[in-house]
Amino acid sequence: MLFGMPIVWIILFGFALTTEVKESKIAVLDHSKDEMTQQLLQQIEASKYFMIDRLIDSPSEIESALEGRRIKMVMILPKDFQYQLNHQNTTQIELITDATDPNLANTVVNYANQIIRDFQERNYPQQELPMTINIESRMLYNPQLVGAYMFVPGVIALILMLICTMMTSVALVREKELGTMEVILVSPLKKIMFIVSKAIPYLFLSLIIVAMILSLSYFVLDVPIKGSLIFLFLESALFIFTCLSLGLLISSVTNSQQVAMLISLMALMLPTIMLSGFMFPIENMPRLLQVISNVVPARWFFTIIKSIMIKGMGIADLLKETAILIGFTIVLMAISIGKFKERLA
Amino acid sequence: MNSTEPVIIAKDLTKKFGSFTAVDQISFEVQRGEIFGFLGANGAGKTTAMRMLSGLSIPTSGEATVAGYDVYHQQNQIKANIGYMSQKFSLYEDLTVRENIWFYGGIYGIPKKELKQKIDALLHELAMTEEANTFVRALPLGWRQKLAFSIAIIHQPGIVFLDEPTGGVDPITRRQFWEMIYNTAKSGITIFVTTHYMDEAEYCDRVSIMVDGRIEALDKPSILKKKYNASSMDDVFVQLARGAKRGNS
Repeated sequence: MLFGMPIVWIILFGFALTTEVKESKIAVLDHSKDEMTQQLLQQIEASKYFMIDRLIDSPSEIESALEGRRIKMVMILPKDFQYQLNHQNTTQIELITDATDPNLANTVVNYANQIIRDFQERNYPQQELPMTINIESRMLYNPQLVGAYMFVPGVIALILMLICTMMTSVALVREKELGTMEVILVSPLKKIMFIVSKAIPYLFLSLIIVAMILSLSYFVLDVPIKGSLIFLFLESALFIFTCLSLGLLISSVTNSQQVAMLISLMALMLPTIMLSGFMFPIENMPRLLQVISNVVPARWFFTIIKSIMIKGMGIADLLKETAILIGFTIVLMAISIGKFKERLA
Repeated sequence: MNSTEPVIIAKDLTKKFGSFTAVDQISFEVQRGEIFGFLGANGAGKTTAMRMLSGLSIPTSGEATVAGYDVYHQQNQIKANIGYMSQKFSLYEDLTVRENIWFYGGIYGIPKKELKQKIDALLHELAMTEEANTFVRALPLGWRQKLAFSIAIIHQPGIVFLDEPTGGVDPITRRQFWEMIYNTAKSGITIFVTTHYMDEAEYCDRVSIMVDGRIEALDKPSILKKKYNASSMDDVFVQLARGAKRGNS
């Protein structure tokens, strides 16, 4: 464990977790579809930074493309691109990015800028007249690129994980250490009631904390809450249940408070910070880590809460994430109740 | 339940964990109001046997009834009719004396009004009225053990299981503790007690000695001493336990 940790960390930070963005999926709205735009698109596709995911036909599709979260940027090429370039020496390209993750949006726009400049120099090297492609970028959802848009949802996910998982597991293991657990188990009190009554204080505590973070970020940091507040709380409650069942699982496999705390911190906090997409974009991670990130519940919750707060999405857009979280909760609950029973058989 | 019927009946009670037989076909009966000593070296299977009898663990085979209830199917009724106190200190240290009694009384479903009266009577009996609002962590160990015992019988169970109740307690407090046990037994509550102290074994009405999962001896201490030609229970125990094959750690 002690030797493994530095190795894993160095590899994680050195190679896997990078803020460099590769192969971002973009959508293109090409109004001209002429030779020039074809060339530009080819050049974009050839770079390692972008992958053209789809071509869209009307401006109305822009928003829905970005809402899907897979597509990071929409590039809009004007009508008569080639004509404008050749005869008016100027044209305009519009870039619209999903700025819920401001760093990612910035990086993507910079890459696009570079490629377009490149394209311009290559095609019109001996141009005497000043000839320019104006690039206009728009940061959707977060025009000022405020970092808080990113870290508020992240902090909520992190704090809930900390309180619910760690506190629940420590509270239950404490009963084991003290010997009170045994006495409770031989009493007529139902086991499930015991667990529920241990979890209820943390459920309420967590909901209050969510409310606290939300009001702080809304009133002090000006982070918008575009979606339904009730839906936001329902999803938070769901994630709290996920965390509680995780805590329960940890408490059923450990016998001392220290171990419970260590597991909560090492095995849960770190993946939550590093693999939830909160600090490092998941898209840039190696395949293996991306797969692993799928089993980090916070990843899904982070996406949910970000989408509700910043993009104002409703349940219909977040069915998959919600279903995954429910799945996690059921599986974790089943395993830990099973473990709990096993100990008594 | 008929009052002349034994309160605990075990017949060929067995518990296996995989290929390991922790408790091997033990049979015994405990009468109402009896103080039954359950002895054995560490790892002899005492705790496993006790867990089966208190409804925490389902036997692999054999039969047993506790307070007239079957250990396979009526665990909840068993739990409601027994008291339990473990060697581990089992009160909430960050609750006061009164709160601890209140909490455990509540778990056993004693009505609030009755519980209030019981608490006052109990505190008076233990001479702890002044400490009612003291945190349990501030009490001396001996007091805590006495309190824990009183709480274990607060719901007037038919049987109380005591798992090494006097571990780490000074001789004077142990003495007082055994007086409490005697008084409790006189009131008709059966005492099922495990202990490592052989002098305590002498206080029991009958003792059983477990070796390697089986009951090797079961009788009144005086008869056992005669049978093994020993001067004390300690000698009896050593003679029997010497034959143990399992780790005697």
